[in-house]
Amino acid sequence: MLDVAYLIPALPLAGFVVLVCLGRRAGDPGAGWVATSAIGLAFLSSFIAYVQLLGKDGEARAVVKPIFTWIRAGGFEVEAGLLVDQLSLTMALFVTGVGTLIHLYSIGYMKGDERFPRFFVYLNLFAFSMLVLVLGDSFLLTFLGWEGVGACSYLLVSFWFERNSAASAGKKAFVVNRVGDFGFMLAMFLVFATFGTLDYQGVLSRVDVLTATTATAIALLLFVGACGKSAQLPLFVWLPDAMEGPTPVSALIHAATMVTAGVYLMARVSPILALSEEALTVIAVVGALTAFFAATVACAQNDIKRVLAYSTVSQLGYMFLAVGSGAYVAAVFHMVTHAFFKALLFLGAGSVIHGLHDQQDMKHMGALRRLMPVTAVTFIIGWLAIAGVPPFAGFWSKDDILLAAYDKSPLLWGVGVVTALLTAYYMSRQVFLVFYGGERWRKAPTAGAHAGGGGAAHDAKHADDAGTGGHGAHGDAPHEGPWVMTLPLVVLASLAALGGLLNLPFGESARLEHWLEPVFGEALRHVEASSAHKQALAAAAGGAALVGIAIAYGIFIRGRRTTAFEPPVLQRAWGIDALYSALIEKPGHALSTFAARVVDARVIDGAVNGVASLVRAGGGQLRKVQTGYVRNYALGVAFGATVLLGLVVMRAGA
Amino acid sequence: MIPAVLAQVGGTRAAPLQLPEVEYSAMAPALILIGGALILLVWVSVVRRRPPWLWAAFSLVTGAAAMGASLWLWFDVRDDGPRRAVADALVVDGFSVFFFVLVSATVILAALLGEGYLRREGFGGPEFYVLMLLSASGAMFMAAANDLIVVFLGLEILSIALYVLAGFHGRRLESREAAMKYFVLGAFSSALFLYGVALVYGATGSTNLVSIAQYLAGNVALENGVLLAGMALLLVGLGFKVAVVPFHTWTPDVYQGAPSPVTGFMASASKVAGFAALLRVFFSTFSTLRLDWQPVVWGLAVVTLLVGSVLAVVQTDIKRMLAYSSINHAGYVLIGLQAGTANGISGALFYLLAYTFMVLGSFAVITVVGRRGDAHHSLDTYRGLAARRPTLAFAFTVFLLAQAGVPFTTGFLAKFYVVSAAVEEGSYALALIGMLAAVVAAFFYLRVTVLMYMTPASAEEVTEGAPPAQPRLRLPATTGVAVAVAVAFTLAFGLLPSPMIRFARQATLLM
Repeated sequence: MLDVAYLIPALPLAGFVVLVCLGRRAGDPGAGWVATSAIGLAFLSSFIAYVQLLGKDGEARAVVKPIFTWIRAGGFEVEAGLLVDQLSLTMALFVTGVGTLIHLYSIGYMKGDERFPRFFVYLNLFAFSMLVLVLGDSFLLTFLGWEGVGACSYLLVSFWFERNSAASAGKKAFVVNRVGDFGFMLAMFLVFATFGTLDYQGVLSRVDVLTATTATAIALLLFVGACGKSAQLPLFVWLPDAMEGPTPVSALIHAATMVTAGVYLMARVSPILALSEEALTVIAVVGALTAFFAATVACAQNDIKRVLAYSTVSQLGYMFLAVGSGAYVAAVFHMVTHAFFKALLFLGAGSVIHGLHDQQDMKHMGALRRLMPVTAVTFIIGWLAIAGVPPFAGFWSKDDILLAAYDKSPLLWGVGVVTALLTAYYMSRQVFLVFYGGERWRKAPTAGAHAGGGGAAHDAKHADDAGTGGHGAHGDAPHEGPWVMTLPLVVLASLAALGGLLNLPFGESARLEHWLEPVFGEALRHVEASSAHKQALAAAAGGAALVGIAIAYGIFIRGRRTTAFEPPVLQRAWGIDALYSALIEKPGHALSTFAARVVDARVIDGAVNGVASLVRAGGGQLRKVQTGYVRNYALGVAFGATVLLGLVVMRAGA
Repeated sequence: MIPAVLAQVGGTRAAPLQLPEVEYSAMAPALILIGGALILLVWVSVVRRRPPWLWAAFSLVTGAAAMGASLWLWFDVRDDGPRRAVADALVVDGFSVFFFVLVSATVILAALLGEGYLRREGFGGPEFYVLMLLSASGAMFMAAANDLIVVFLGLEILSIALYVLAGFHGRRLESREAAMKYFVLGAFSSALFLYGVALVYGATGSTNLVSIAQYLAGNVALENGVLLAGMALLLVGLGFKVAVVPFHTWTPDVYQGAPSPVTGFMASASKVAGFAALLRVFFSTFSTLRLDWQPVVWGLAVVTLLVGSVLAVVQTDIKRMLAYSSINHAGYVLIGLQAGTANGISGALFYLLAYTFMVLGSFAVITVVGRRGDAHHSLDTYRGLAARRPTLAFAFTVFLLAQAGVPFTTGFLAKFYVVSAAVEEGSYALALIGMLAAVVAAFFYLRVTVLMYMTPASAEEVTEGAPPAQPRLRLPATTGVAVAVAVAFTLAFGLLPSPMIRFARQATLLM
């Protein structure tokens, strides 16, 4: 019997293959519909698989679906398969679900782009890689998906590579993620050396053989990988820059799905983490610091997407705080609700950008709630959800995390509450600046000519296309997008409002917790606290949210403030980017250039896109002095031989 | 008259010359290659009608015949055990036959590559094929050599033909320059190798690999400086051939200057043969001296991995980049040797197997993209290749990703195999450096991949009615076949590697 589980990754793959072959013919919007139906059907398959799994007992719900035997040599066997359990299916459901909505939205958003089919090729490839990542039954398959989503992110961030900033942002994402991947690879080798296998079931069922040191090493190395992918301190620098990509990409990859891969990985290896209190503490502290740090930076951004980008970093920090506190269910819960409301906010922001003809600077927005009612209402729901106002989804998931953090250490809880306040503040600031106040967009400079707050370029390419090929002639007034863009907003808004129902903390209604419990088993920490205690903590979190909103109200509605007053250091993300540039990039570049000059004189320029003519001219120059070279090379060989001889003979003498 | 002379010589109280029995069947693959080359040479001077496709076709047939003979030998050795030939000068064991198969494969692929190239560049004669076949026979002799002198002979047969091949495109200054450099430096390193042979002979009294091993096993030398110096010089000579840092200096220039199909052949056959000799001499002959050479090989592996990957990053010419990449690959094979275990050796063999197809495939693509004159090798040329030649770009993507070691390609398993052999032996530091080099290397492989998938900013050009920046590339059918074979190998055995892993495991050395 063909299992429906296989269809989950197979459908986006099929969509990818079809679009590669026939994308051009399908064109605009045909290619978009092909891609959307591929992932939509994958969502359907996930749902059927979910129903099937419900029919089984809690413990029997983890099923490995073999695909094929990869290596069979001697006694060494490696199988490749899908691991379908509560955790991976939860991931698959929200990845395909949110993914479908964003695919649909993209049909409207990308309309008229000259590479429209290509965009959906990448989106489907991304969906496939992400599903391999979450459904893979071994570290190896997860790693394959991990690299795949990275590559897709790279391709999609640089989708408008005509812009220099987009190309360099893609490069930055790539380099930073290499650091994380190195951690992941080392962890894999350590796992393989210890267990002799990379299968999750084979490894996680035998974690008791691990010594505390090895467990800590594996956990921390995997965490390095997770830091890269999920943009935690100190590897977060690529995510804000990744906002150069088209907005649906920011929503799908850089908010809802890919960046949560690190959290997923941590949840997956929870039995290993449980063996190392040190590793958990490190994770919790890094998570809390990242949450706080990114929230402060988000308060000072003027680019509508960069606010959301730093907000994403901050929310991911919350998830790691949950992981570090042993509250894996809370982490997954927040991951799901965050996917709802952050995707909603990004799509809403995309709608605003679209409506304002690629204006991204919040200083030039305002009073849009009358002109874009659907966007405004849905965005406001997303705002209330992320700010943690009860009863919206974000309140419940954040409350779970803060409860667990309090159990771990009141200090971490304190950082979490302050961050909650900041979150409410910067999101309110955004809503007030965009949807309330005066109509500042009337006086705004034309989009494309203006460099936005964070130095980001605008979707200028899109402006041209939208103007000529898009949705008919429209005046200068901001306008709502087509239904393919508003429908996903409405659906996501309802999810953001009601997502809390997944895991209400009242008695038997903690559905997600019951569902996920068998996966985490003993690794999961249960907080024993009286309900009065819980209510006090919840009240504190809710109160922090309201205070944050009130402050923003005072400043931006009452005070009618639109200009920046935040310290510039916050706007520049505490100068960390500049620090990296000064400490690593410049010396690194100098070093490699120097090394190249010394060792390989023919290289003129280390630049990736080095100008060919320059190289040719340089090569010509160097060829003139050719006679010296063979001699130099021979000298090199002779030198090496001498060193080698010296070493060996010294050994003989010793 | 000659019998009379011989009788006279015989009469001068010298013992009659003992000619060893030559077991032709044991060396059949190499002899087929040499025979093919000779027939080609005779043919071109005797027969008037010579359609241009003929030479390639004949070389293909020769390569296929050599492949057939190699496979026959493989089963023969498996069933009847390894054998020695020509008075112990050659040994035909699983190890040598493994390399016979590999070299035959390079001959077939290189002949397919050469056809399109020679036609495009307007070369009519069979010289390319003759030289390539002879060079390949040298590679086979190196793989089967059981005597340091025979290693040297094989090395020279391989190299001299390659020197000429490197300068084959006489109209291109770079090609002539590459040949000159390769020749001068190659001669230099050959001299070092020969000196090493002399020293080893002086220390052990034999050049036969088995006799040396037996001598070393039976005698404990208190002062073995001469022996170790000889061993070091052998390492230099072979290290030069396989482009190990610091003996790699020729590689970028020669790879860049030589005609692209020749570079592909050089990168595969020459490296493979060099490693065949290196692995045999060090793993089997000098196995008792393992503690002496292991640290040296460790050091060479480290610098090779690092220099190869780091310098590849700053290249702007695809052939130079792949030259450094091939240096980097040599480092991985050294990891396998350094482990000094059966797993390490079979890992190294698997690596060479995977590498051969990846690198020949890559140079096939480069040959096509280089266009007429073989001059377009800047990385910029690859910008937007996917839009112009999607299949070619896809194939190149496969080769690059495989070289980067992406799972489900042969390249991943190759790296995994050698690194885990190192881990088994406790060489954690080396394994770590290997992985670090892989991380750095992934950067430049993926960079090219991404360049290919980003179309040039051609939108404006098209609207202005200007001609497209790059003319359409012509992909000859033969090159297409070569690329397809290499892609199929890389993907199929990446997905289902078991047969190839078994192949590499069974290719054992006769000790």
